[in-house]
Amino acid sequence: MYPIKEVRALNNEVTKMVVEALQISKKIKPGQFIMLRIDEVGERIPLTMNEADPVAGTVTIIFQAVGATTKQLAKMKAGDTLLDFAGPFGNPTQLEGAKRVAVIGGGLGTAIAYPQAKFLYEQGAMVDVITGFRTKDLILLEDEINAHSTSQIIMTDDGSNGNQGLVTEALQRRIDEGANYDLVLAVGPVIMMKFVAALTKKYGIKTYVSMNPLMIDGTGMCGGCRVKVGDGYKHACVDGPDFDGHLVDYDDAMRRGASYRSFENVANDAVDAADAAAAVDAAAAEHECLIGRGK
Amino acid sequence: MASVDKKKTKSEQKTKTPMAELEPTTRAETFDEVARGYTEQEAMQEALRCIQCAKKPCVAGCPVGVPIADFIALVAEGNIADAYALVKSTNSLPAICGRVCPQETQCEGVCTLGRIEEPVAIGRLERFVADWAFDNPQEAAEASEALKYAQVEAGEFSGVSPCDLSTRKVAVVGSGPASLTCAGQLARFGVQVVVFEALHEVGGVLSYGIPEFRLPKELVKKEIASIEAEGVKFETNAFIGKLYEIKELLDEQGFDAVFIGTGAGTPQYLGIEGEGLNGSMVASELLTRVNLMKAHRFPEYATPIYAGKRCVVVGGGNVAMDAARTARRLGAEVTVVYRRSQKEMPARAEEIHHAEEEGIAFKMLSNPVRVLGNDEGWVTGLECVAMELGEPDASGRRSPQEVEGSNFVIDIDMLVVAIGSKTNRLIAETTPGLEITKRNLIVADEESGATSVAGVFAGGDVVIGAATVILAMGAGKRAAQGIATYLCK
Repeated sequence: MYPIKEVRALNNEVTKMVVEALQISKKIKPGQFIMLRIDEVGERIPLTMNEADPVAGTVTIIFQAVGATTKQLAKMKAGDTLLDFAGPFGNPTQLEGAKRVAVIGGGLGTAIAYPQAKFLYEQGAMVDVITGFRTKDLILLEDEINAHSTSQIIMTDDGSNGNQGLVTEALQRRIDEGANYDLVLAVGPVIMMKFVAALTKKYGIKTYVSMNPLMIDGTGMCGGCRVKVGDGYKHACVDGPDFDGHLVDYDDAMRRGASYRSFENVANDAVDAADAAAAVDAAAAEHECLIGRGK
Repeated sequence: MASVDKKKTKSEQKTKTPMAELEPTTRAETFDEVARGYTEQEAMQEALRCIQCAKKPCVAGCPVGVPIADFIALVAEGNIADAYALVKSTNSLPAICGRVCPQETQCEGVCTLGRIEEPVAIGRLERFVADWAFDNPQEAAEASEALKYAQVEAGEFSGVSPCDLSTRKVAVVGSGPASLTCAGQLARFGVQVVVFEALHEVGGVLSYGIPEFRLPKELVKKEIASIEAEGVKFETNAFIGKLYEIKELLDEQGFDAVFIGTGAGTPQYLGIEGEGLNGSMVASELLTRVNLMKAHRFPEYATPIYAGKRCVVVGGGNVAMDAARTARRLGAEVTVVYRRSQKEMPARAEEIHHAEEEGIAFKMLSNPVRVLGNDEGWVTGLECVAMELGEPDASGRRSPQEVEGSNFVIDIDMLVVAIGSKTNRLIAETTPGLEITKRNLIVADEESGATSVAGVFAGGDVVIGAATVILAMGAGKRAAQGIATYLCK
């Protein structure tokens, strides 16, 4: 059992959770992930590390409540426990030696991009972080990134933060201004990583993308997390999750990523039904029974 | 040891006493265990068929050396408790071996009776005594204890270690058959054993690989509990190579030796066009989702499994049969496609028979060349080419060759690839000095399990490549002896 030390909603959709896992906290590096299971009937889901504190013995994850499991996870509280919390899985992002880096985070990907940016910045690299969100209420980790990067540009789809546009537009501007990047890291929706990689390819900038495919065991066994890289398939869990952004077949990844979509509605319905039943139970428990009181 | 008066009691029966099974049509709808096991009366009846021959080739035919004839003699007398104790003293997982061992190529394959009639149903009898012990734990434990004292008295106890090992610690990596056997035997030697398992469930292939209808998971849990009762500690969610490296276990975590029994878990692919289409998976994805994550009970269990209506399983081994029968239970019509003929299939005859009974079709001498898909990226067909058998190859099997121009398409909406597995490279990559072969197998001494790194031993599939539960157990048992000898040096 793994105790949850802290749960904090970062916005309507995104939750930060700090979990006690001493040995993992000592080992996990930026780019690596953990797999957790809430309870006996739960899925194993992969979540990339946001922060690790080997002194406190904790690992922080940030997730978006989109599926049945993440929705259930978002409802948990400090003091609750997770049945399983395993890791580290995957390989650390190859960050050594980079001097001038752009770290791109799309939506929730920002939570994963942050430790990479922080690590690079602490190693003495110049780090420009470019993040993108649908709207300003969803902006993540703005202060943390400001404290651990050379510069930060935040883009929103609707322009609600006064900076409308895509992360690729901001990256293009930076390159045009003469930023001579030797490395670009991109973490976010597959479609975003696809366009970032297309842009950096034109300039021949080495680019790593962090893939987040369907995954079951995380140990290289099931092949569910296959990602087409160059001519063949790689396992994101043991060969990745970072791959050369110029070799990944993003269309293939998007197609494979959609293969279980029809089940997600069923799972969500099941969670909603359980919630409804729990609400009925709670209402029944709160209802003060007056029968037999002579009123 | 008690023996049976052969002349008086030898049975006239020429064939194995049949074992009850679920009806093929109804069982293909459920994941309940197919083979139901003997009653005590059936077991005694079958045990009486054993002629207690002088040579007892069955014992040598067993990779862990179960005293087969002796335990069968006790079953024939109705002394099941002592029969169990005898089996358990040499085999730490009898309920599992009785179900999944390929007896036809081992103990039963060399049975003296087998030269003239059907061999004794040794596997079924082993299963019977093990299941009896689950139902009668008190008597089983007492019999085991009594046998241990008798063996110690006679100087025949297998748990005698070459020196006092009670202060020594051994880490066992992986919790499949090789590791469980090694851990159990080390515990008998008095060693403090910790088993590290990467997944949340102990048992390795017994938990994630072999389906419920062939090996109920409750039973695997009971066998593991019996090993735990001998003092073995289990640590799940511990992915060795990442959470701890082997060297750290030895240098920092206080272990005196390490056994690597991590198996062969990395899937092999066909490497043909379209294999990555949606609806196409390797057997271990299907089996892991269902066996480990209980996806057949979605949404009660949160992990889903895609199952089509028309499924092809590619491959001819036991895993292919498990995958085919699993897909069948998920509602698919299943065809097994194999590039050689049925005679060359490596799967156990019984598994093929069970699959046939459940309505699974077999398309032999066919090799997939391309997976076809629709615009949405889902599989729609499997293009195959017909094969013919040529000269025997290195494995002694006649090698299949393509018949030119014989391509044909099977309509499918689900494809499962079950053509074998390889070892995970992680441990080798993170253990400096550990010698491996070109096929990524760990080089280990066949007798002691010793590897090129002092204090590190290995056995099972990670050393010999994907094989059987019982071969892995044999290796685990020998390695336990090797480790004890090493620790006493």
